[in-house]
Amino acid sequence: MMAQSPQRDATPTHTALVADSYSRFVNGRLGRGVAGRLGLPRPAVLRRYAPGEALIPGPVLVLGTTPGADALAQVLLEWKLDVRRHAGPKDKLGAIIVVLDDLASPEELSEPIRSAGASLRGLRANARLLTISRPAGAELEPEMAAARQAVDGILRSLAKELRRGATANGIILAEGVTTTDVGTIGAVRFFLSGRSAFVDGQFLCVDSGAGQLPQSWDRPLAGKVAVVTGGARGIGAAIARTLARDGVVVVVVDVPASGDQLAAVANSIRGTALQLDITAAAAGQRILDHALARHGRLDIVVHNAGITRDKLLANMDAARWDAVIAVNLSAQLRMNRDFLGSAALTGPLRIVSVASTSGIAGNRGQTNYAASKAGVIGMVRATAKLLAPLGGSVNAVAPGFIETDMTARMPFATRELARRLNSLQQGGWPEDVAETIAFLASDAAGGISGNVLRVCGQNLVGQ
Amino acid sequence: MAEADHVLPGGSTDRPEANQVPTEPSRPAVLPRKAVVVGGNRIPFARSGGSYAHSSNQDMLTAALDGLVARFGLADQRIGEVAAGAVLKHSRDFNLTREAVLGSALSPETPAYDLQQACATGLETVLGLANKIKLGQIESGIAGGVDSASDAPIAVSEGLRAALLDLSRAKTLRQKLAAVAKIRPKDLAPDAPSTSEPRTGLSMGEHQAQTTAQWKIGREEQDRLALASHRNLAAAYDRGFFDDLMTPYRGLTRDANLRADTSMEKLAKLSPVFGKNFGSEATMTAGNSTPLTDGASTVLLGSEEWARSQDLPLLAEIVDGEAAAVDFVHGKDGLLMAPAFAVPRLLARNSLTLADFDFFEIHEAFAGTVLSTLAAWEDEEFGRSRLGLDGALGTIDRRKLNVNGSSLAAGHPFAATGGRIVASLAKLLHETGTVGGRPARGLISICAAGGQGVVAILEAR
Repeated sequence: MMAQSPQRDATPTHTALVADSYSRFVNGRLGRGVAGRLGLPRPAVLRRYAPGEALIPGPVLVLGTTPGADALAQVLLEWKLDVRRHAGPKDKLGAIIVVLDDLASPEELSEPIRSAGASLRGLRANARLLTISRPAGAELEPEMAAARQAVDGILRSLAKELRRGATANGIILAEGVTTTDVGTIGAVRFFLSGRSAFVDGQFLCVDSGAGQLPQSWDRPLAGKVAVVTGGARGIGAAIARTLARDGVVVVVVDVPASGDQLAAVANSIRGTALQLDITAAAAGQRILDHALARHGRLDIVVHNAGITRDKLLANMDAARWDAVIAVNLSAQLRMNRDFLGSAALTGPLRIVSVASTSGIAGNRGQTNYAASKAGVIGMVRATAKLLAPLGGSVNAVAPGFIETDMTARMPFATRELARRLNSLQQGGWPEDVAETIAFLASDAAGGISGNVLRVCGQNLVGQ
Repeated sequence: MAEADHVLPGGSTDRPEANQVPTEPSRPAVLPRKAVVVGGNRIPFARSGGSYAHSSNQDMLTAALDGLVARFGLADQRIGEVAAGAVLKHSRDFNLTREAVLGSALSPETPAYDLQQACATGLETVLGLANKIKLGQIESGIAGGVDSASDAPIAVSEGLRAALLDLSRAKTLRQKLAAVAKIRPKDLAPDAPSTSEPRTGLSMGEHQAQTTAQWKIGREEQDRLALASHRNLAAAYDRGFFDDLMTPYRGLTRDANLRADTSMEKLAKLSPVFGKNFGSEATMTAGNSTPLTDGASTVLLGSEEWARSQDLPLLAEIVDGEAAAVDFVHGKDGLLMAPAFAVPRLLARNSLTLADFDFFEIHEAFAGTVLSTLAAWEDEEFGRSRLGLDGALGTIDRRKLNVNGSSLAAGHPFAATGGRIVASLAKLLHETGTVGGRPARGLISICAAGGQGVVAILEAR
């Protein structure tokens, strides 16, 4: 296998539980001074979610003069946040939300964007900047489309300007979706929270008012039953643990050969283990049978299982190509057909697939892997309409460089470079991918479907 | 061996025939309630000194339990009782099963006990817990067994042991020196466990070699049974039969003893290892005898009500069980022939014949054991004089025998074999469903050291 893959479906390491050694050094007493004088990058220690902790440390500045901005500010007040509508000179802000839900021309951007800019110096570490805007569709008047598309450039640039663990992300509301619809609220809360620690410079589209807010934001998935494929190790195990923490009964699935690790994961979260080769024709039906017989329902499917068989295309044999396509793509398509065709699933089914930045930007030596992951993105976009009638949703996450056992085995220089090539200047953790998946699998994200959300710290490659 | 003096060469005694089939079936017409097999889990069996060379019985039993817990979502649950055992057991493992439970993901408030009945240990734990379930004493139970021939206990010699105990009791220097002085160089040799029978000094294989010869079981017939075992086990793996019966351990994903590519030619090349005193007539080789093996197995049992309330599957019912023992010491019967008597008694009590079964799981301690047992059942004289029947007990359809392989291919970690067989048969019966309008029915027969045997009937749910 080649070592350049930014994301591997692999095992978490102990390095995944603490910052990498360079980050530890430059954040220490000695290293801070050294890094400062030499102008070395100083990756921040990211604020990550833990149940019961404050949603956001510090006041939230809501910019924008539309009714949508007022309504959103009201929701934030109900969450007992310290909400400001105008920046004071000495405010140490936790977040800035720029509401641009009624843009008609590029000139309207100047005031709110510069207001946000004036407050950037006062941002706390790990602050959040959010834009809320509308899609720049080709059917619009050119002036309106230009204004809306401009937000894209602003947000992606701003994300690169922020420091100390702060991130910038955008929410795009489809026509008719308001700033207080379930999906908007869910997305705002996700981006403000530590759950989105490694999501940076990304846009999420809310397509409809579908979905439902949870009774408890601490256990937003209470009572749900989920299946996580590739759950024995790495990102899959983190997904299972995160879902369980949020209230889910999890069925972890992996190949029989990984059964011992799978059992350990299942037992640690009081779930059940299902040893299964997902490329088998009956895999989808067996998952359905297991979930329904043992747990009475199936609400969430996380297609995480994946393999890499890297080779330059000139040296690629059929075995390498076919295995990757079979596991990473064909199996998901086949299982989704079974789930969608099942009369036993009557509630809204939420499917989340793990794609990869390789599937967006490409990667040398990974034509097969990139094909499978790009294929997953295509599949997700086209499956959304099939799930909509029952209120279901399907989305993908595309992890960038994630600290796993497999990335830990990359050559030092390659790994160090790959790790720093993003706006947060560090690798993400399996838990960061898991948190994003847990959000997309929640009813609060019910209005979000067909999206691909990158968890990459705004990796320099691709979009 | 003092007792060896009493062995009678002709194989007859003046004692009355005690192993006959009772003429009146005595099973109660109404039983309190039923006990069912929910599922099972085992680790792949390793050859002694192989992948599990450095795993203890407790390690392996804990791993097998944890896999079962994960399969059925039992983490932190209290199970009515866990019963398991090991044949080769360290004295420090006096509470082996309870210790394994404490190390597992089960609730620490799950009670456990150890049981030991040689190779019948695993099946006997199933029957014991099933009986408790039937009586309403417990709602759920986990039966199991484990054995490590690699991590076997090694004891000091009797001479050294006596001297060390004297030394520990000695108070004065003089007494201490006296105790130490009693140690002789030969006492320093360790006392490793063996599979020899204490009363005859003969190994199990040598005993079976006598029985095999007595029943005139040929080499080719034994090799053919071994070949079928390997082929059936390999085919079961290939179709994923063990995917929900097994959890890998220490890098092993299949039974290490399995030789999917073995053949009659390869088996025929092996030299005899037992019964060499029969010279060119010796038939028992490493190919048609089980090797020393490490492994562990577990079976989840419950009342029907419990299994349903937990949304767990019901694979098969534990209908009935029977133990028997033979007088091998005086040569009346072969060491491993007790099932030949247990099965007829069990069938009579349940008003069944061999023809009423769809699957037979006869533990392959040696190919010769299975074939000798079948020969006894087919023998009219044995049926009349030893079983007290009108004629032979009957013949079984070989296509129904050990259809997913047995110990010759999988290996035989003594106490773990019963759990392996019960879980596999329960799944097979459940898959089969009904046969001719009645639930599919299976018979388990396991021979054990000490001239014992335990057998059981399972029916599909």
